[in-house]
Amino acid sequence: MSPAAPTQAPAPFGAPSGPTVRTVTDAFHGDLLEVSMGPQHPSTHGVFRMDVTLDGEVIVKLKPVFGYLHRNHEKIAENTSYLASMPYTDRLDYLCSMSTNWAYALAVEKLAGQAVPDRAQYLRIILAELTRIVNHACLVGFLFNDLGTSFTPLLYAFREREKIIDLFEALSGSRMMCNYQRFGGCRIDPSPEWLAAASRLVDNFPRFLDEYERMLTGNEILLARTQGVGRLKAANAINAGITGPVLRAAGVNYDLRKVDAYGFYSRFDFRVPLGEHGDTYDRYMMRILEMRESVKILQQAFRDLPTGPIMDPKAKIRGFRPKAGEAYGRLESPKGELGFYLLSDGTPNPYRYRVRPPSLINLTLLEEMCLGHTVADAVVILGSIDIVLGEVDR
Amino acid sequence: MSAYAMAVAGSEPFLERAPLLLRDAFVQLLPAPTQWLVHHLITIVAILAVFGLFFAFTTIAERKLLGRLQNRRGPNRTGVPQFSILPWRFKHTLFGLSQPFADAVKALTKEDIVPAAADKLLHFLAPVLVVAFSLLTFAVLPFGRNLIPVELDSALLYFFAAGSATELTIFMAGWASRNKYSLLAAMRALAQVISYELPLMLSVVPVVLVAGSLSTREIALAQGGWTFGIIPHWNVFTPWGFAGFLLFLVAALAESNRSPFDLPEAESELVAGHLTEYSGFKYALFFMAEYFGLTALSGLGITIFLGGWQAPVPFLGFVPSYAWFMLKLVGMIGFFIWVRGTLLRLRIDQLTRLAWQFIVPLALINLLNAAFWSLTRDWTGALQLVRWVISAAIVVGPFVLLGRKLNAGRAPRTYRYATS
Repeated sequence: MSPAAPTQAPAPFGAPSGPTVRTVTDAFHGDLLEVSMGPQHPSTHGVFRMDVTLDGEVIVKLKPVFGYLHRNHEKIAENTSYLASMPYTDRLDYLCSMSTNWAYALAVEKLAGQAVPDRAQYLRIILAELTRIVNHACLVGFLFNDLGTSFTPLLYAFREREKIIDLFEALSGSRMMCNYQRFGGCRIDPSPEWLAAASRLVDNFPRFLDEYERMLTGNEILLARTQGVGRLKAANAINAGITGPVLRAAGVNYDLRKVDAYGFYSRFDFRVPLGEHGDTYDRYMMRILEMRESVKILQQAFRDLPTGPIMDPKAKIRGFRPKAGEAYGRLESPKGELGFYLLSDGTPNPYRYRVRPPSLINLTLLEEMCLGHTVADAVVILGSIDIVLGEVDR
Repeated sequence: MSAYAMAVAGSEPFLERAPLLLRDAFVQLLPAPTQWLVHHLITIVAILAVFGLFFAFTTIAERKLLGRLQNRRGPNRTGVPQFSILPWRFKHTLFGLSQPFADAVKALTKEDIVPAAADKLLHFLAPVLVVAFSLLTFAVLPFGRNLIPVELDSALLYFFAAGSATELTIFMAGWASRNKYSLLAAMRALAQVISYELPLMLSVVPVVLVAGSLSTREIALAQGGWTFGIIPHWNVFTPWGFAGFLLFLVAALAESNRSPFDLPEAESELVAGHLTEYSGFKYALFFMAEYFGLTALSGLGITIFLGGWQAPVPFLGFVPSYAWFMLKLVGMIGFFIWVRGTLLRLRIDQLTRLAWQFIVPLALINLLNAAFWSLTRDWTGALQLVRWVISAAIVVGPFVLLGRKLNAGRAPRTYRYATS
């Protein structure tokens, strides 16, 4: 059998601009259907597009297309001062601005050699772990929405998310764009009432997780839809640079909180859950288990939170000019390894500013995960990778 | 006519006869040659009015109930604007009960967009036909003791013939839209109708076997009476009837494209499926047809398994039969809404596998079960208990085995944690 070249008759001039079905004269496959899913598809999580080629409903080719939300983040950051980029990092991963702020602060502190007071370190961990809970709760809710529930699990998850976001608002003045971290510390010291409220919320959170899991985790339809779907092999994931829960679901023990032990994470007792199959169900369960670990970290942090300043008194806010040099700061954001690379030439602006977005890099193996599965699975696999287009496109 | 005449002349309570008396009184006023026509027209108008309103309030009930399932209130603002009988209130919101009418006005005033590349005729015909076909099924449902629009001896056959035609209109809509999502949805709809038409009918056949009739009137009548004066003789209260009812529920969910089988309009996968290229009133017609289909299937389920219009307990027999029917209908619709707010969607291959590997075999076994039940009709006393146990064993065994096979290799997992 010799594969014949695909023939495509040119559309006659003036023909109505409808969808076209390309004929592939392959003896085995017959006609394939090319569908452009997105950028206005309801479940591509923003303006993301997948050019899929379907044989029946089975995907034989998938091309991720992104860039619809590109807004020149890195170039803008290179043309403004270090501090002025801080609120702009909120917009990268707009669900997790606290972690994104911290990653940027981490890079700048490394570049300028700044120290961070103990209380600020603890506050950063508290806020980063609350952010992880927000992100994972949202992800799990949206994943069920992709699986076809009529918003019920999503709204249960949102109920919990709202409580945490209210805390963020009480602390930083903004629900999502928190702009809370500074080089050498944090912006605002939380009141004892805030800490008590946050601690109460964290103590109650496992009850929500238990309720959620009781209702959903053992559901036969969930098992049928997610187990064995979208498998990712550990070797491939490592080669592609995939990080975060997606990597750990494939069974690779790589969590920057343990590997780098940045901040004060070495002082905390928590475990890193690992998957075995690397399928969608493992990726879902990684999020649930990580939320439970986050609760443990938070309880320890509220217990041990020291008093003291939240800002390094020697930190220089105005006229901040780090010495010439380069630094790469990274942390375990809820989506994976989030890194900022900064190159300083001694001026108030970074000479080069580069973001390593986990969402974008985790997307690179989307085709491999989706091949051989149906359209319905592609949507679920995409949902389980956890992307935020603000971070993918920058 | 003879049945009606008997009913009207009979000794039934006034409320039971009231709808027929009203109709006959009106028909008598007209000249004799037109009476037969008006007689049927009144029936048609009554069904359209009652179930049109029922549809309207089902939509608001669904939105409110889904809202409650999801920690929110649902629509509660739409009232009668700037109208109040109470001087101190500007308007009454009536719990948002006039929301469906506001929706209807919105649907009617929206722009009707037809894609340039669409097959215009089919694109127009599909929403018209889908409503027509879904309304046809109402013709044979016994809404009350005397309220059957058309008495057919083979009512069930007619019901399924008319009901399955609606899926063809979904295919028409999907094909005519010339949209890839619509096309995929059309293919899914066809796969679904082929897979679930059979189990739907097979789940009903046991009742036909036991009742010995295809007439919905006979089937409903056969379920009258009570054991010990408290347990109704409804088919659902027998082992084969209970199994049949569950199979029927699953097949009815699939047949009416409701969650978790709403694959043709899977909004997270295919945008809106076959409805993607429909807007305005045509969209509303599809919506309406979906609810009509759901209502008709619920009505069939009630007639066949839940005792039709029969009262559940003897001392409530004075409540008119049509009220019982509507109450049961509300219960069934509520159940369907609850399912929609709870379950995930299956994939198309899992949907067909569930039909062919689980529901069809079980329905066939249930048919044997019903045959056993009707053969052992004269078993009494302790034998009655034996009959129940055997009948239950006939369905439960295969259910467990088939279910195990269907879920083979899938279970909740336990996870390890990194050691370092």
